[in-house]
Amino acid sequence: MTRKQKKVLLRIIVAAILVTAFHFVELTGLPSLLLYLIPYLIIGYDILRKAILGIVHGEVFDENFLMAVATIGAIGLGEYSEGVAVMLFYQIGELFQSYAVGKSRQNIAALMDIRPDYASIEKDGETIQVDPGEVEPGTIILIRPGEKIPLDGVIVEGSSTINTSALTGESIPKDAQSGDEVISGCVNMTGLLKVRTTKGFGESTVSKILDLVENSSMKKSRSENFISKFARIYTPAVCYSAVALAILPPLVRMCMQMPPDWGTWVFRALTFLVISCPCALVISIPLSFFGGIGAASKCGVLVKGSNYLEALSEAGYVVFDKTGTLTEGVFRVKNVFVRENIAKQLQADGQDAQTYILEAAALAESYSSHPISKSLREACKKDLERERVTDIEEISGHGVTAKIDGKEAAVGNARLMNKLQIDFVQCHEPGTIVYVALEGEYIGYILIADVLKDNAAAAIAALKKTGIRKTVMLTGDSRAVAESVGASLGLDEIHSELLPADKVMRVESLLEEKTPKEKLIFVGDGINDAPVLTRADIGVAMGALGSDAAIEAADVVLMDDDPMKIALAIQVSRECLRIVYQNIVFALAVKVLCLILGALGIANMWIAIFADVGVMVLAVLNATRTLYTGKYIQKTE
Amino acid sequence: MEKIYQIEVDCANCAAKMEEAAKKTEGVAEATVSFMTQKMKVVFAEGADEKAVMKKVLKACRKVEPDCDIVL
Repeated sequence: MTRKQKKVLLRIIVAAILVTAFHFVELTGLPSLLLYLIPYLIIGYDILRKAILGIVHGEVFDENFLMAVATIGAIGLGEYSEGVAVMLFYQIGELFQSYAVGKSRQNIAALMDIRPDYASIEKDGETIQVDPGEVEPGTIILIRPGEKIPLDGVIVEGSSTINTSALTGESIPKDAQSGDEVISGCVNMTGLLKVRTTKGFGESTVSKILDLVENSSMKKSRSENFISKFARIYTPAVCYSAVALAILPPLVRMCMQMPPDWGTWVFRALTFLVISCPCALVISIPLSFFGGIGAASKCGVLVKGSNYLEALSEAGYVVFDKTGTLTEGVFRVKNVFVRENIAKQLQADGQDAQTYILEAAALAESYSSHPISKSLREACKKDLERERVTDIEEISGHGVTAKIDGKEAAVGNARLMNKLQIDFVQCHEPGTIVYVALEGEYIGYILIADVLKDNAAAAIAALKKTGIRKTVMLTGDSRAVAESVGASLGLDEIHSELLPADKVMRVESLLEEKTPKEKLIFVGDGINDAPVLTRADIGVAMGALGSDAAIEAADVVLMDDDPMKIALAIQVSRECLRIVYQNIVFALAVKVLCLILGALGIANMWIAIFADVGVMVLAVLNATRTLYTGKYIQKTE
Repeated sequence: MEKIYQIEVDCANCAAKMEEAAKKTEGVAEATVSFMTQKMKVVFAEGADEKAVMKKVLKACRKVEPDCDIVL
C-alpha cells in the first residue's frame, strides 16, 4: 500500500471504531449530532473539501458532491449513524478500488518486467554498473549469467543460452555465441558474455517494446469511448432525476391534500444519488483491456492499442503473405532424384546415389553466394573439398559449369540443359529444380523449395476453429508453388504471382467483399508489406523481434515466428471482450434495478452502498481475470 | 508536436474528466489520458508554446479534479 492508502485505512479504522462505540451511547438531539460529527469529519473531510471546490469551480455533479449531499442529507434527517456509515463505506470502496487497480497495474508491469536496471562496463580494469541510458553504441558491456541484456548488441566473447521468453513467450532458450546478435530484454542464462552494443538504450528493442505497451492504453476502444460518453450523460441525468424524486412526489401529494412527507422523498433521492456513481464501468473497462493487452504480451503478442484488441475479436478474414509467414522463408533441398541407371551404377561402386549428386552440385556451386547454392551446401552437410573443383563458370540466369575431379559438370535450370544440348527430362514439381549433368550426360535433379512452418497447417485449422470465415494467401511466387502450399494448408483462397502493388489491390477488394462488421487481418513478415499492413483493418507483423520497421508498421506484433499465435491473440481478445460486456451488463443491470428499488423506497442506504461500492469491487475483480487469459488458453490447448 | 506527461490521478472517472478538460484547453489539438499507466499524451496545436499550454492544462485539470497533478 502507498502512504496515501495507509492514511485512508487509518481514518477508516478510527471512524469505524468511533461509530460502533457511539452506537452504545444513549444521547439524542444536538449532543448526539456533535458526537457523530467527529467520525464523520475524520472520514469525510477530503470528500467535503472536494465537493466544495467542485461547486466553486462549477463542476457540480461529481461523485464527491453526490456523497457530500447524500451524507449531509442523511444527517440532516437525523440518521446520524447511516450518514457516517455511507461515507465510511464509500471510502472503503475507494480504498479498495485504488488498491486493486494499483495491484493490477503492478501485475501487468511485472508481466512486462523487461526493463534492465543497469549495464556493466569495464573501466580501468574494474567492472562498474551504469545506467543503460548512458551507454554509447559501440561500448563493450559485460553480462553475467542471470542478468538481463540491457542493450542490443553483438557478442564479441563467450557463449551462453539466452531466455527470450519475456519478449516472445517462447519457453525454450536459444543458444548464442560469439558473433551472434543479442536483443535487449532477454535474460542471459549460463555463460559470461561480452557484448559490443549496436544501439543506444532509446533505440534498443526493450525501450521500443516498453513504449509500445505503455502507450497501448492511449488508443481507446469503442467500448471505452462508449462508456465515457455514457458517463457524461448518465451522471447529470441521475442527478436531475434525484432532484425530481425529492420534489415532485411531495408536491403531487400536497395537491392531492395529503401530507407531503418531504423527509421520505428526500431520503429516497439521496439513496438514488449514492447508487448512481458510474465508477464501476469507468474503471473496469480500461482495466480489462489493459489486462488483456498484458496477457497477450506475456504470450509474445504485442497489441498496440485497446482498439486493436477489440477489433481482433471481430476478425472474419485472415489474409496471409506466404514467404516468411506460412513458410520458413529459406530455401531447403526437398527432394533428390537420380536417374535409375545412374543410381544402379553408383550403388555398384558402393556410393549413395543421392549424396553423390548433392555433393557434385554443391561442389560446382561452392563459390556462389546465391541462396540456392547455399541451400545445396547446407543439405550436403559434410565439408566440401573445394580443391576438387576447377574451371568454374557462372552463366547468369542459367547455372554453373565446372570441372569436378576433372569431369565436366553442369548444374543449373532447364535453360542451361537446353543451352548445353543435354538430353534431360523436364520436371514439373512446384519449387526450384536444379538439373545436374556429368560429362554431358543428365544424371538427376534436385528439388529446392521453401518449406512450410511446422505448425502452419495447425494454425490455419485453429483459426477456422475460432470461427474465421475465410483464410486467404497472397504471394508473389509462382502459381504451382502457391497452389501446392494452399492445398496442404487448407486455405480458402490463393492469389499468386502478385507484385507488392497487386497485394494492396487484392486486400482492398477483399475489404469490399466482407461484411462491414467483420474485420480483415493481414499477416506478413513486415519486410516489404508495410502498405498492405496499413491498409488492412488489423496489420499483424510476424517474427518482428529486432525488426524496427515491422514494429512501426503493424498494429499487432508477433514477437516470434509462430503463426499459431494469431488464433491465440483472437481468443485472448474475445475473452477480454466477454469480460468487458459482462461488466457493462452486470453493473448497469444492478444499478438500474437498485435505482428503481430506491425510487420505490424498497432499497435503503445499505443496498445503495452495495450498488455503488460492491458492484465496483466485483467489476474490478472480474476485470483482473483478463490478465490470466493468455496463459490459460495456451495451457488448455 | 506530441508529448507524453506523467500524471497523478486517483480515479478513472477523474482521469476521464482531466482528458476532457485538457482537450478543451487552447493550444491543445488532441489529448488522451491513460488512467492505467498514469500518463497524458498531448498533441499541441501548430505554433503553440508547449510550456504555456501545459500550465493552462494543469490549471484546467485542477479545476475538475483538485487532487490531480501533471509532472511538467
